[in-house]
Amino acid sequence: MTRFGSISDPPAGFVLTGVRVVDPESGTDAVRDLAVLDGRLAPVGDADGSIPRLDASGLVAAPAFCDLHTHLREPGGESSETITSGTRAAAHGGYATVCAMPNTEPALDEPARVAWVTSCAADAAARVRVVAAATVGRAGDQPVAVEELAASGVVGFSDDGAAIGSPRLARALMTYLAPLGLPLVEHAEDPQLAPGALMRGGQTATRLGLAGWPASAELTVVERDIALAAETGARLHLTHLSTAASLEAVRRARARGLPVSCDVTPHHLAMTDAWVAGDRTFAWDEATRAPDAFEAALDPTLAYDGRTRVNPPLPSRDDALALLAGVADGTVDAIATDHAPHPPERKAVEFASAAPGMIGLETALGVGLSAVASGRLELMTLVAALSTRPAGLIGEARALAEGEPVDLVVFDARQTWRVEPESLASRSANTPLIGMELPGVVRLTVAGGRVTYAHDLAPLS
Amino acid sequence: MLDTPRANLPIGTATGRWSQRHLLDVDQLDRDAITRCLDLAVEMRSLRERGERLGELAGHAIGLAFAEPSTRTRASFEIAASALGAQVLALPMEASSTTKGESLVDTLLTLERTGIDTIVLRHGASGAPYLAARATALRIVNAGDGTHAHPSQALLDALTLRDALGGLDGAVIAIVGDIGHSRVARSNLHLLARMGATVRLSGPPAWIGGFDAYPGAEVHRELATALDGADAVMALRVQLERDAGGGVPSLREYTRRWGLDEERMGWARPGAPILHPGPTNEGVELTAALAAGSRSLIGRQVSNGVAVRMAVLALLAE
Repeated sequence: MTRFGSISDPPAGFVLTGVRVVDPESGTDAVRDLAVLDGRLAPVGDADGSIPRLDASGLVAAPAFCDLHTHLREPGGESSETITSGTRAAAHGGYATVCAMPNTEPALDEPARVAWVTSCAADAAARVRVVAAATVGRAGDQPVAVEELAASGVVGFSDDGAAIGSPRLARALMTYLAPLGLPLVEHAEDPQLAPGALMRGGQTATRLGLAGWPASAELTVVERDIALAAETGARLHLTHLSTAASLEAVRRARARGLPVSCDVTPHHLAMTDAWVAGDRTFAWDEATRAPDAFEAALDPTLAYDGRTRVNPPLPSRDDALALLAGVADGTVDAIATDHAPHPPERKAVEFASAAPGMIGLETALGVGLSAVASGRLELMTLVAALSTRPAGLIGEARALAEGEPVDLVVFDARQTWRVEPESLASRSANTPLIGMELPGVVRLTVAGGRVTYAHDLAPLS
Repeated sequence: MLDTPRANLPIGTATGRWSQRHLLDVDQLDRDAITRCLDLAVEMRSLRERGERLGELAGHAIGLAFAEPSTRTRASFEIAASALGAQVLALPMEASSTTKGESLVDTLLTLERTGIDTIVLRHGASGAPYLAARATALRIVNAGDGTHAHPSQALLDALTLRDALGGLDGAVIAIVGDIGHSRVARSNLHLLARMGATVRLSGPPAWIGGFDAYPGAEVHRELATALDGADAVMALRVQLERDAGGGVPSLREYTRRWGLDEERMGWARPGAPILHPGPTNEGVELTAALAAGSRSLIGRQVSNGVAVRMAVLALLAE
């Protein structure tokens, strides 16, 4: 049985028996019983006979996830997602928190609009934090009223969808943000370096006759912003980085002590530019494409699939593996989904006309667990990149500590499921993972002590 | 509906069967299938020269959906389909529903409901025929998609080259110019490699990047080494309308480094022919004298276009 709850429900009480607790804060990875009483972690001995005991043997319990980059599409894009459907997708994916990006219509560029989203989300299935637009209407022209927006509780500022185009404006924004302690969340991509580009430049783009982005289109913005962060003292968060060179720039900035953080998406870890040509093997799977792949005919059912169009574009295999190595070594602070719902009519079109972006809230765990299964990532590191580290960047706690309202996810890491539109809570199904099997079935999500999602978790009799 | 008797065509042979429903690119054709198409085109050519009428496509309705301008490809597909007895409809894609916001797929589904069974599609977006093939029940013949593929052009180039050289196995073909924006070059690369030829690519650095991954392809920085002893040379059109990134500083500099003339053709095998898919920018990719001279197969390419497209349409319908 599957049930969604809300963050305004009464606090939950239950005991999980025999669960494998994976807690990055304390470094715990051990099987034990876990009690939640009145929405807070409690000693198991405090649970009397009235508290349901849930058999969680074989399951993993971890701090619930926190997505730094979610497109909820409301207001303005309700045909593809709403605050209700998007937060249900989040709860289904194990998330207690999502950061709503300002790419709405109208854009989230005023305190009243932020407040509207926050009030709509009062009984949603996940906490919704807001990343405000950095410029009015995300037009890249006039800075927003950053202090008023900061007072309304936003967690950052971004013109996501595009970089801040003007270096002077980027510098001005960072000057305003520095004293507030809130980051500029940058979509690092310089369109002037690749007019008309549709995918990552390289052999696949050459074969498909699609104009390619050079890696420099990301790196030049990353390096510019790092220079501005050094000069202004502002926090810089580089979202959805997609190249090894950008991660190197982040490492150098960190070594200088600069307040630079970054995230990568599950799709940039797992998928490669070859997916645009129809490949469907994850980057870490031993290359199943033979060196003579150019000999094979393109598969008309898969090639030029608009669902593989995304910005930044799907990376080369080398870059994808470098991003995964960056998660494993901690350079990457967070795995963020860039959950970007689009209706079918914006995807089942010519590749050049397809709207960029794919959904990710409900598949991020499965993709991450596939990476763990490849041996290139520890489960503890994956959990940290999905939960404690992104939560820390927006000032949320994720400790599995007694006495605090708990954010908890319980999942079966071994069970697999088939990604199908009917299996998703999102209103949209725009992901090339449709039809594929992923490991990782979420059984319970708890946000602030409230059960927001539960699936087949039977109390012990 | 045709009163003249059907000519006997060598379609029923066992080898080189075209099992595909669509012609999306030549990468789907193996050596036997390509050979069969070229052999059938030769047959078609002589039947047409004898003035015989054919009925291979009687009862078929073929729509020519050209969303980009075209003269020779469109005309030769129209003549080829008519010559095989099909009902041919020229569909004004620029002026039709597509400009009223209807999607390509919806437009094609509408055409499918009218009883059209085959669409010859020319489209500015790379991959558009793949979308059409998976989203409709129509048979799709790719007549050029963006900068991706132009399979019927590659087949007519192969026929023209085979006629001129006696065979393609072991031949060295130099392709010069704007490879990066050329669907003709991409389809030729697949086809010529499959037929055992070596393809040398030469042009400005921005226009030849990434092509060394193609089997049988050699990338040459210098025109002289690309042409050295080549059996044939193919010049490509400089597609100024597609060069958003600026591949060359100026046409004058392009012509100085890469323009073909009689003297540079002297680097190739004696008497080596020159091809060009057209339309030519004379004085840019090659001199007018070369285009009109004894080496030029440009006229043969156009006339072979009809025969090859007849063969393609007949093989797909068999």
